[in-house]
Amino acid sequence: MATTTENLSSSIENNSDEDDEGGRAAFAAQKKHKMSPHSAGTVDRPSSIRRSSLLLSPEWDMERKSLRHLGDLDDDDQIRIAYFPNIPTIQDVATNEGDDDAPAVDVSAARRSLFKTKTHATVTSDDEWSTASVTSDSLSDFDDDDDHTVTGIWQNVPEAPPDAILGIAAAYKACEHPQKVNICVGAYRDDNGNPYVLPTVRKAEYRLLEQNEVKEYLPIEGDRDFVYCAMKFAYGREMDIENHVAAVQSLSGTGACMLGGQFLAQFWGSDHPIYVPNPTWGNHIKIFKQCGLKVRKYRYYDRSKNALDFEGMLKDIKRAKDGSIILLHACAHNPTGCDPTMEQWKEIVSLISSKSHIAFFDSAYQGFATGNSEKDAQAFRYAVSQHVPILLAQSFAKNFGLYGERVGTLSIVCGDVVQKERIMSELRSIIRPLYSSPPRHGSSIVKTILMDPALKEEYYQECAKMAIRIKKMRKKLEEALQVAGSIHDWSHITKQIGMFAYTGMDEAMCKQLTEEFSIFLTTNGRISMVGLNNSNLTYVANAIHTVTAGKTITA
Amino acid sequence: MILPSISRSVLRQHSKAAARYATNIHASRTMATSSSPWSQFEMAPTDPIVGLNEIYNKDDFPSKVIVGVGAYRDDLGKPYVLPCVREAEQILMDKNLDMEYTGIAGEPKFVDLALKFVYGEDSVPIQENRVHGVQALSGTGGLRVFGELMAKHGHKHIYVPNPTWGNHIPIFTNSGLEVRKYRYYDAESSDLDFTNMMKDIKDMPKGSLILLHACAHNPTGMDPTMEQWKEMSETIKKQGLVPFFDCAYQGFASGDPVKDASSVRMFVEDGHLISMVQSFSKNFGLYGQRIGALSVVGADEDEAKRVVSQMKMVIRPMYSNPPRQGARIVTTILEDPRLTQDFLDQCRGMADRINLMRTLLQDKLAEAGSTKNWDHITKQIGMFAYSGLNKDQVMEMREKHHVYCTADGRISMAGVTSGNVDYIANAIHDVSK
Repeated sequence: MATTTENLSSSIENNSDEDDEGGRAAFAAQKKHKMSPHSAGTVDRPSSIRRSSLLLSPEWDMERKSLRHLGDLDDDDQIRIAYFPNIPTIQDVATNEGDDDAPAVDVSAARRSLFKTKTHATVTSDDEWSTASVTSDSLSDFDDDDDHTVTGIWQNVPEAPPDAILGIAAAYKACEHPQKVNICVGAYRDDNGNPYVLPTVRKAEYRLLEQNEVKEYLPIEGDRDFVYCAMKFAYGREMDIENHVAAVQSLSGTGACMLGGQFLAQFWGSDHPIYVPNPTWGNHIKIFKQCGLKVRKYRYYDRSKNALDFEGMLKDIKRAKDGSIILLHACAHNPTGCDPTMEQWKEIVSLISSKSHIAFFDSAYQGFATGNSEKDAQAFRYAVSQHVPILLAQSFAKNFGLYGERVGTLSIVCGDVVQKERIMSELRSIIRPLYSSPPRHGSSIVKTILMDPALKEEYYQECAKMAIRIKKMRKKLEEALQVAGSIHDWSHITKQIGMFAYTGMDEAMCKQLTEEFSIFLTTNGRISMVGLNNSNLTYVANAIHTVTAGKTITA
Repeated sequence: MILPSISRSVLRQHSKAAARYATNIHASRTMATSSSPWSQFEMAPTDPIVGLNEIYNKDDFPSKVIVGVGAYRDDLGKPYVLPCVREAEQILMDKNLDMEYTGIAGEPKFVDLALKFVYGEDSVPIQENRVHGVQALSGTGGLRVFGELMAKHGHKHIYVPNPTWGNHIPIFTNSGLEVRKYRYYDAESSDLDFTNMMKDIKDMPKGSLILLHACAHNPTGMDPTMEQWKEMSETIKKQGLVPFFDCAYQGFASGDPVKDASSVRMFVEDGHLISMVQSFSKNFGLYGQRIGALSVVGADEDEAKRVVSQMKMVIRPMYSNPPRQGARIVTTILEDPRLTQDFLDQCRGMADRINLMRTLLQDKLAEAGSTKNWDHITKQIGMFAYSGLNKDQVMEMREKHHVYCTADGRISMAGVTSGNVDYIANAIHDVSK
């Protein structure tokens, strides 16, 4: 029987767009409601929140509490530090950027010794950490002196740390407050707060059923028609896919990033680091580390201004050694929603070109960000036009609403068809020992839609509608905050784009939102716009005003 | 037949290429062939099984036959979607389900049903709630997660039978495990090399992982008898080895899923804490949906759950969570008694047709005039027949007769039909006389 955690709203547990902070909200939700001195209005508060048995162990809570002073590190760092206070974070290592002769900090030894003193589970998901913590040094089995019995095989396997995001899902589900709001969810919700299956997707499914679609294996590289459509969708009608794009079907965005990471680690060399924006989607770091790449960060978001730290970004990209890999969010940056302007993109691409870097674009929101899928592809199309070598991870989870069917592509733009064939052969050799071939249902749906002009038109409308609703919510939230009496500058909410808004609220404010108002979000102040609707908008705005009044929302 | 892992020389070449590119950073900025970062790449070797399809597709001989990939075909040579699967799809459409992400470990209901399907509902560890697992990307995906998991937890090597499914080797090699082999098949006698297998098992270091094919060994189709399985179980226990089952043909081998799970259930009864990967590609005909399961039997509930939590750590940075449709289809069938019975009948139907083809092929070979002993064709079980043809004979069969099978002489019986069995028999006879 699978663990009870599996029964929870899984759209949060492992949602691609979530980072690892749920534990804090969960911890907050454990506490009883308190009357806040700043509370206003007549909000009903239940006398207690039912404590979910899935919430975190006391030891973990205590560690986190003691580390609150650490301030402005991003979410992943905070999670790592929560387990291992004495180990330098990636950020520390990354400050050696540009100084690549500096010896890498040896974290594994420190980590191993720390593991031995701990009594409870301390393995994290980062490859680097976990091999250090669970080595044959620390496990006592498999040597000759051991009394190895059949029962001993698994006994030393520690519990992996709970997925922190799960905490939020658990807490939200357990919460009995009638006005509870989930603004942590990373999957689209309609104005009634319900999941949304695009009508064209349903139509495509019907068609596949009527056509008695076979269930045969796809080729290793996936459904060729699907991949072709996906490439036209991404790169535009004029792109010469046949000769210049090596592309394979992937397991949505995660799978594409993973394939790209494997490819680069094996064939570009794992001595070329990959630079990810700070902050980025939490899973990026885990994915690339598991591929064997060195992961570093470049400055991206300026919390003191709630805007892009463009100068810092350029400086860090410049300092990176030539031939580094630069991860770029194609649009609707996750988690900040803060994108460069087109002029800024041009400068970024020019710099990347001059450094002979590789641009690895993650495109998870094409069409979903502005509502216009051509516009949302401008950044990487520009890079292609400037002959910058790019990789593109493409996901159809959000824009087609096909989250659970795992549809995506990884593509690599190359010089000629000979290169393309070779790259395809390498990609196949990576895919085959991973999962042989990709799942066909999702790609069949996308292909059915994109190959039918009428369905395709309808699809563009449906996707645009989602983007429009989100834009409306942004505008309404900003207005509602003003109406509530907030004097903060909330313009970043409407300037930001995509599913998420990085409000600028700090951890304490987020906790208060959860504890007092049953509004569930990650403690980095990120709210999921799709969780807002006409029914809960005013409530949320009033709550945000309450927790931020008289305080600062810039770092 | 044994796939090369991504060889060090290939990697070295690419590191050199990368270095070469780095020193050419001031070369032309255009995406000209020579200055592109990909210009020094070599072609990777093609997968011998899947690559076969490509060669076959290029051949325009009208009577060409392919008996390569292990995907079932009906007697007209057409792909077969089980009627119970179609019905399940219709049921699902009517339910208007959403397409939200599922958990990292997949659909809990699916995992529960999948494990009960192979371990048996009355299995003691199942009753004691100490068998847990995750939804996997069919067999390959489950194998890879398992390999990565074990490499992370101190294992350095895994023993696989010789021969084994070609993809096993790069899967485990890429996971970071050294692949070692134990003797399994005696090509001379076209039979199980049991004595030597037992010798090799006794030589395995304590704590070693040993991969066992639950039934319908791929590629040889030779399975141990129940007595032989018993001896293996005892010896493996004495040696303190870690048994790991690859179960890709449950129900498909003999037609009876309970019978096909006998080896697994015996090991569990004997107290082994086994781990297992299941594939639903063949028995449910859900090849393209990539649906399977990876499970462990723990000493207790907590232990099994801990292992599953570690599996999730491997999965999350690989693909986050698995695709839903295949899991939903299998669940719809297995949770409904009538659909389950339909499935059992249809699965048996496939197994029966294959067994019929085995008999037919052996008869036709005799009719063609072959004096060789072809008993192994009917002795073997499952989708494949290990013909005994060598590489040269296989190539001759391709070129002269346009009959395509993998270079190791493995014939997919699922591709044999009453329409082509004569042709195939004559071709085999011609190259082997």
